[in-house]
Amino acid sequence: MTPLDALARACADVRPAEPEEGVLGVAPRFVAAPASPDEAAAVLTAAAEHGLAVVPRGGETRLDWGLPPRRCDLLIDTTRLSRVVEHAAGDLVVKAEAGVALDDLAGVLAERGQRLALDAPLPGSTVGGTLATGAAGPLRLLYGAPRDLVIGLTIVRADGRIARSGGKVVKNVAGYDLGRLFAGSYGTLGLIVDATFRLHPVPETRAFVTRTYTAPKDAHDAVQAVLHCPAYAAGLEVTSGPGAAVRVAVLLEGVADGVPARAALVAGLLGDGAIGAEPPPGWGAYPDGTTLVETSVPPGSLPELLTAVPDASLAWSASGHGHAGLPAGTTPEQAAAALAALRRVGGAVVRYAPQDVRAALDVWGPVPGIALMRRVKDQFDPQHRLSPGRFAGGI
Amino acid sequence: MIPGRRPRSDAGAPVTADPPADGVKGDGMNAPLDRLAERFAALLPPGGVITDPVRLATYECDGLTTHRASPGVVVLPESAEHVAAIVRACVEENVPYVARGSGTGLSGGALPRTDGVLIVTARMRRILEIDLPNQRAVVEPGVINLDVTRAVRANGYYFAPDPSSQQICSVGGNVAENSGGAHCLKYGFTAHHVLSCEVVTPDGDVVELGSGPGYDLLGVFVGAEGTLGITTKITVKLTRVPETVQTLLAAFPSIETGGTAVSKIIGMGVVPAAIEMMDALAIEAAEAAVNCGYPADAGAVLVVELDGPEAEVAHQFAAVERLCREAGAFEVRVAADDAERALIWKGRKSAFAAVGRISPAYLVQDGVIPRTALPEVLASIDALSAASGVRVANVFHAGDGNLHPLVLFDDAVEGAADRAEDVSGKILDLCVEHGGSITGEHGVGVDKARYMPRMFTDTDLDTMQMVRCGFDPAGLCNPGKIFPTPRLCGEVPGVRKGPHPLVAQGKAELF
Ligand SMILES: Cc1cc2nc3c(=O)[nH]c(=O)nc-3n(C[C@H](O)[C@H](O)[C@H](O)COP(=O)(O)OP(=O)(O)OC[C@H]3O[C@@H](n4cnc5c(N)ncnc54)[C@H](O)[C@@H]3O)c2cc1C
Repeated sequence: MTPLDALARACADVRPAEPEEGVLGVAPRFVAAPASPDEAAAVLTAAAEHGLAVVPRGGETRLDWGLPPRRCDLLIDTTRLSRVVEHAAGDLVVKAEAGVALDDLAGVLAERGQRLALDAPLPGSTVGGTLATGAAGPLRLLYGAPRDLVIGLTIVRADGRIARSGGKVVKNVAGYDLGRLFAGSYGTLGLIVDATFRLHPVPETRAFVTRTYTAPKDAHDAVQAVLHCPAYAAGLEVTSGPGAAVRVAVLLEGVADGVPARAALVAGLLGDGAIGAEPPPGWGAYPDGTTLVETSVPPGSLPELLTAVPDASLAWSASGHGHAGLPAGTTPEQAAAALAALRRVGGAVVRYAPQDVRAALDVWGPVPGIALMRRVKDQFDPQHRLSPGRFAGGI
Repeated sequence: MIPGRRPRSDAGAPVTADPPADGVKGDGMNAPLDRLAERFAALLPPGGVITDPVRLATYECDGLTTHRASPGVVVLPESAEHVAAIVRACVEENVPYVARGSGTGLSGGALPRTDGVLIVTARMRRILEIDLPNQRAVVEPGVINLDVTRAVRANGYYFAPDPSSQQICSVGGNVAENSGGAHCLKYGFTAHHVLSCEVVTPDGDVVELGSGPGYDLLGVFVGAEGTLGITTKITVKLTRVPETVQTLLAAFPSIETGGTAVSKIIGMGVVPAAIEMMDALAIEAAEAAVNCGYPADAGAVLVVELDGPEAEVAHQFAAVERLCREAGAFEVRVAADDAERALIWKGRKSAFAAVGRISPAYLVQDGVIPRTALPEVLASIDALSAASGVRVANVFHAGDGNLHPLVLFDDAVEGAADRAEDVSGKILDLCVEHGGSITGEHGVGVDKARYMPRMFTDTDLDTMQMVRCGFDPAGLCNPGKIFPTPRLCGEVPGVRKGPHPLVAQGKAELF
């Protein structure tokens, strides 16, 4: 039996890949779109039998993140895994399949006044892709990243078997937490088929307080003042760009009776900040540029971050995580110098970049614990068929 | 304060998963342990090695006293280098080892091995750094949970995970168990408050987890019950003290009406800092023990605490009070100050120990259910109790559906312990049937390993153990915990010394 026949037996929606479906230029041979966890399991079983290298694809919003796969025989398109399996509103929990778009999920949850408290800067990104990349924005300050919100996970292993961890209750310490392990694993450990998340109520009201500063030191002092005050900010984002002033924006969420007073407090701390009901332009978005670097820099090092790379556009959240964008036309040498400057301040990982730039960079940087990571990978994917080469250390 | 007494009927129960391999410790026959004890004595400052059987007995159990085993050797390291050297020595001698913090665990996670080494962190109690601009602190694993808060409270900060044992339990133990507390409903568990951990791996290497890119190994290390390595340094997040705290006690005629109030409060979109519930039997016990003065004749009491910005809390507190009354509360007491708040909490916090006043012995469970299933599950527990004649007192973190049923029995009565054990197991079945968990915060340890298959398939458990095989292929790091059957890690085809075959053949590049 040919691989295509085997896949077609496993899954109703299988076809040869189109040339433009390449993952960072690596063209797959086949595309399979399973519509249920069982079908996904059958696909991975067939892939295992035929030794196919597999890359999962969700909404294609972050497929160009990371490194090109060393091999890619089969793309598994998750968009037909599109059921919101259960929204237990009374328990503030939702279970959704990997291919559900975050925007669609938000619509379902909003009907009951709830939300998954994750920023979704890229329209169309899916539950599975968001979890696999660990993507989060300014809300991370109060609510955490996908790792902090996922409470249950179903995966299909490289050998095609279905495995679950966690469950559908928020408080649960039975067994290892594979949800956290899979968050940010870039499809290298298994195929995420569904995930269960804890939810939060949609706040009654919210306010944004903003102010711009010319001196990084002043922005830093403002951030410190807000972090140490009891206003209980849900998000705090600092943005800056070449030649632009530094903007500090603070999000407050809560009841209509409480938010105005808190916003006033923050406005005072920022030194006459402006209060608005709508997010300021670019709130939670990735910074401009053709190269995107994810940074991890704690609040105390903000002034150094703001001055590290004069050409970069920055978006930094007070959770300590953020992004730097390098403009089109940045040469590989300039990009390498910018990356080195960022790494002197904190952690920096290249998410995407033009091919010539990417080829010149140490995309992941130092990876403490890489030996253990390789061993975990070897357990989950002994033949290195799952998104091989996409991840840190060549995993 | 250790809940539960050791049931007599369990006195001779086997305590380790496997019998000691060669000889029994203490008779001078165990050559590997004797060699290790000598090496450790050379490595550690005076008093760092314990081999005297009488002193070893102090360490034979953790907070779960029904499982006991005298450790082969106890060591008290003072640094990561010590811990790494101890682990390497154990690996060389193929001897199992177990980490222990304060020994307050309630699932036998720190149960030692008679044929192994117990590594106690009691001499690693330094707070290494307090970094307020970055809202974090760096501590050694033996630091007591509450001491972190004590060190930063004057600056307006605290360490959010607050297990009831926080005056004695260690941060290392919190990390291992992913401990929660009454306030984790709003603030999350230890996993949400640990930024990175320095870990001595089962190879004896020292690595920092959580500080760089790659797999979230920190995420899986937290809550792994000491089976993936020993943490020697922990960077914790510090949380800003809220502007205000409001606490109320509401008395309901029945558990059902209390449960309705909980659903209403959550349904309204309020996330209180804590919602705790106690049933009539638990109230009776608390009353007998500490005279907390809870309203007489209550079928259930609810303790609700809100914290945060002043105006926010005032608004929500009024709503909570109204919802309680609407659900049928016949009395609502609002704490006017810290003293009154302490009084409200006193009954709740003493509930475990207090049960000793109304029963000679008891078992504690830690099951979790979706909170909407509370009324149904509590009714089923009632029915179980009535049918078996075994009394069950209920104390629970109602906000997140974490039940702590206290199954009461008289250990002087033959067969009573077995009946209690049986009821206990059936309560966990109820939790699993309703989509819940067998443990919300106490961990699996040795105690609940046998219940894991009720929640997870063989493949699920096998998959979790792939992580363990990655970290600890030799299976020497706290073996016999969490998993009912150990997975043989075997020869791993993917483990390569040289370059990947494709790379070697020039068909692929590493990056
Ligand atoms: C009265 C009482 C009330 C309690 N209330 C709560 C509660 O409200 N919430 C809650 O979650 N728990 C509670 N517990 C359980 C217990 O206190 C927690 O699990 C606590 O975190 C254990 O800490 P410890 O230092 O005592 O750990 P130990 O009991 O010594 O060890 C627990 C586990 O951690 C491992 N370990 C210890 N140190 C390390 C280390 N440095 N590196 C790796 N592994 C390590 C051990 O091997 C073991 O598996 C309570 C216990 C008691 C007795």
